[in-house]
Amino acid sequence: MNKPLRRVAIFCGLLILALLVRVNWVQYVKADELSKDPNNRRVLIDRYAHKRGDIIVDGKAITGSKESKSGDFKFQRTYKDGPMWAPVTGFTSQRMGSNQIESIEDDILTGTDDRLFFDRTLSMFTGDKKQGGHVVTTLNGAAQRAAYKGLGSRKGAVAAIDPKTGAILALASTPSYDPSRVAGNTDEDVKNWQQYEKDPDKPTTNRALRETYPPGSTFKVVTAAAALEHGLYDDVDAKTDSPLPWKLPLSTKNLVNDGNHPCKNASLRVALQWSCNTVFGKIGADLDNEKMLETAEKFGFNEQQFVPVRSNASVFSKDMDKAQTALSSIGQFNTAATPLQMAMVTAAIANDGKLMKPYMIDRLTDPNLDVLEKTSPEEMSTPLSPENAQKLQEMMETVVNEGTGTRSKIPDVTVGGKTGTAQHGVDNSEKPYAWFISYAKTDEGSPVAVAVVVEDDNANREDISGGGLAAPIAKDVMQAVLDRQK
Amino acid sequence: MSVVTNTTTIGAIEAPSRRNTELAMLAFAVIIPVFAYANVGLAKDGSLPAGMLGYGLGLSLLAGVAHLMVRKFAPYADPLMLPLATLLNGLGLVLIWRLDLEPSITTAAVGGAMAPKQMIWSALGVALFLGVLLFLKDHRVLQRYTYISMVVALVLLILPMFFPAKFGARIWITIPGVGSLQPAEFAKIIIAVFFAGYLMVKRDALALASRRFMGMYLPRGRDLGPILAIWAISLMILIFETDLGTSLLFFGLFVIMLYVATERTSWVVFGLTLSAAGAVGVASFAGHVQSRVENWLNPLALQNGGVTETAQAVYAFGSGGLFGSGLGQGYSRLIGGIAPKSDYILATVGEEMGLTGLMAIILVYGLLIERGVRTALAARDPFGKLLAIGLSGAFALQVFVVAGGVTGVIPLTGMTMPFLAQGGSSVIANWALIAILLRISDTARRPAPAPAPTSDAEMTQVVRP
Repeated sequence: MNKPLRRVAIFCGLLILALLVRVNWVQYVKADELSKDPNNRRVLIDRYAHKRGDIIVDGKAITGSKESKSGDFKFQRTYKDGPMWAPVTGFTSQRMGSNQIESIEDDILTGTDDRLFFDRTLSMFTGDKKQGGHVVTTLNGAAQRAAYKGLGSRKGAVAAIDPKTGAILALASTPSYDPSRVAGNTDEDVKNWQQYEKDPDKPTTNRALRETYPPGSTFKVVTAAAALEHGLYDDVDAKTDSPLPWKLPLSTKNLVNDGNHPCKNASLRVALQWSCNTVFGKIGADLDNEKMLETAEKFGFNEQQFVPVRSNASVFSKDMDKAQTALSSIGQFNTAATPLQMAMVTAAIANDGKLMKPYMIDRLTDPNLDVLEKTSPEEMSTPLSPENAQKLQEMMETVVNEGTGTRSKIPDVTVGGKTGTAQHGVDNSEKPYAWFISYAKTDEGSPVAVAVVVEDDNANREDISGGGLAAPIAKDVMQAVLDRQK
Repeated sequence: MSVVTNTTTIGAIEAPSRRNTELAMLAFAVIIPVFAYANVGLAKDGSLPAGMLGYGLGLSLLAGVAHLMVRKFAPYADPLMLPLATLLNGLGLVLIWRLDLEPSITTAAVGGAMAPKQMIWSALGVALFLGVLLFLKDHRVLQRYTYISMVVALVLLILPMFFPAKFGARIWITIPGVGSLQPAEFAKIIIAVFFAGYLMVKRDALALASRRFMGMYLPRGRDLGPILAIWAISLMILIFETDLGTSLLFFGLFVIMLYVATERTSWVVFGLTLSAAGAVGVASFAGHVQSRVENWLNPLALQNGGVTETAQAVYAFGSGGLFGSGLGQGYSRLIGGIAPKSDYILATVGEEMGLTGLMAIILVYGLLIERGVRTALAARDPFGKLLAIGLSGAFALQVFVVAGGVTGVIPLTGMTMPFLAQGGSSVIANWALIAILLRISDTARRPAPAPAPTSDAEMTQVVRP
């Protein structure tokens, strides 16, 4: 009976061999694929198994980690002053995913980025827990606080930029939401999220980057820049060819001004000071669509900006007739701009015509704050020449000193600005948006340019004006940045 | 008289007993699980677990007593089987204890912590092991109970049909005050005894009295009867108890023993044809078999919008990689319910001990099977040969069916991994199985008694005149 016994032995050996081959296949050949399978919960568990790296402002973390109360996930995200910083950080949730910086720099924050490979390997030997790297932002805590506090309970947004570098100093949006309340994995987090999503005030929308508003009169600085750049007018104090009343081309309608101001044949300076629709509307019509479009696009219109969080593209339409171009040139008709876009416009003027690419991540670091990558300021375009930029600055400073923007005046500091009250809705039926753009300037150039928009439908219609609602906020933000400079 | 040197596998005169080898091996078999136990405690709490001393002493005591009994009552038994079984049982206890530490598995609904119970069952198993060694002085005694064995085995197999299904299979009987038993585990041994006894008597008739048909020797109808009966029973188990594994095990066991007894390949072909026909027949109308096959072909497919247990096990293996996450640091709890401690315990091995650990465990099983087959080769009597190959064949099939099912070589069938998985019946029955194998190997390797000097020797001397 030994012959069949030996064969049975071989058969048993083959069974064992089959098992060995199979486990090699599963655990060696397929291992990588399996460990990355999206249905494999281990992927998520690992993601939350250690503390996430922080997002840092002014050297202090505005995010944190705490032990989760429930489930497989050990750590969950916490946010300091969550609502204030939400437009910067975005959120990361164990249930609802993540967005903005939390999502864009996820690899660094979770520590899976290739540049952290050395740290991971090192901690494997030292037995330390895997750690995420940090994201150091360009934001200025004081400016952000001023912006957020200034907006208060009103709906609106603020974007502030350092004109010399393009570094974003403040990015506020109200009403906001608290990312801490959606960070976990409980049903309560989901309920909170749904509540935010259902809220008609859209607290999760990042108004500073993702909402486009009609810019109203603040757009007149772009029109003025186009007039200077295309040689339509050279001297800001020379009279322009602007009749009053001025009839819109191809139309029977007259363009009207807001209030009774000396707009007839007013110089550019005076026109900007009193925000004359007739003067800037006619400039738009005289330059025509093509030239206006060229200047607007140099300022960044019609293009999404990545800071690195994406902002919506602001709009200045193509193929408009003269009347439409005229209306668009005073920030109405199709023109729409994000607060970031208007801050960029202001920054370019304040930086003597050079537009720097806006960014809000200064550097990425490893867990020990050693720099992995640093953003270097980058020039985006030159919308206007230094001479024209200086002319425009003078005009904007007149607006603040003697015009509609007096409420943004800061003692002993040169401030330039422009108000805007943007009508919108069918036949202007809805309450207008209050805009204010401004920059502050010291001997070393301009450290801050800011754009504020307030869309407050609780205020009386008469009270809504850029100079009244938005300018004080811009002033506080500029003041905060200036205080830091000292 | 010259010393006869031993060159064959069959033990001969003055073969070494190898008891000291066994003792040394046992030391390893105890130390490795104790280290594993410490490892889990360190990984989970950062300190040595409180029960470590008790566990180490308990395991040492079991192994020590077993060793002393083998030394006394089966001194020539195979030296590897006891250490291998001890190692597997010890590691199984650690794994179950480790899984007990996961709160989501250790719920009241699935019976709470299992490790203490498993420890008691292991002790009972070793007690049965000792009982077999003590009372079964010669395995040939079992031959007398051929037909009683058959009846007992049939009763054991059919009994669960009268009890309600648990965990989706009707393979349990519940005895009040004792708990649940899986009679198939015991039936496996008893039916091997029956086959060995029956085939030893009938082997000549089966092997020789056959008709030639298409180049194969087909058995006579009256010899065919019991085979068809076994085939029918295994199908019945499959259908009524929804127990794919057990039916596969019994039928495979029978084919192996038949082949060894008759030395005819035609029986294997015949057996495979029958089992294939049965499997296809059942699979075509039994829903649970179809879903098992479906799961096997597409292990990662979502069902009811969720990840299946099968998929979770595959992920566990995948994430283990080469060296595993380390004991206590995996996520076997994702498999859910009682499965990680029973059917899917290999998934925990794969995840936490990695490919290396899993291959080591499979090779330990392989070695144990190999020692069993070697015992069959070494046995001097046909009954012993058949019984040994039957028992080790059954063991091999069970290991393959479970491990193959969990890793995805074949569809999952739901049997317990011998010694490793949680389950009282299994661990007790398998200790008995090892005891019988040890008894057979002891008999096989025992030196033949020296021929007694006879007075005839004197008388046949040539007397010179």
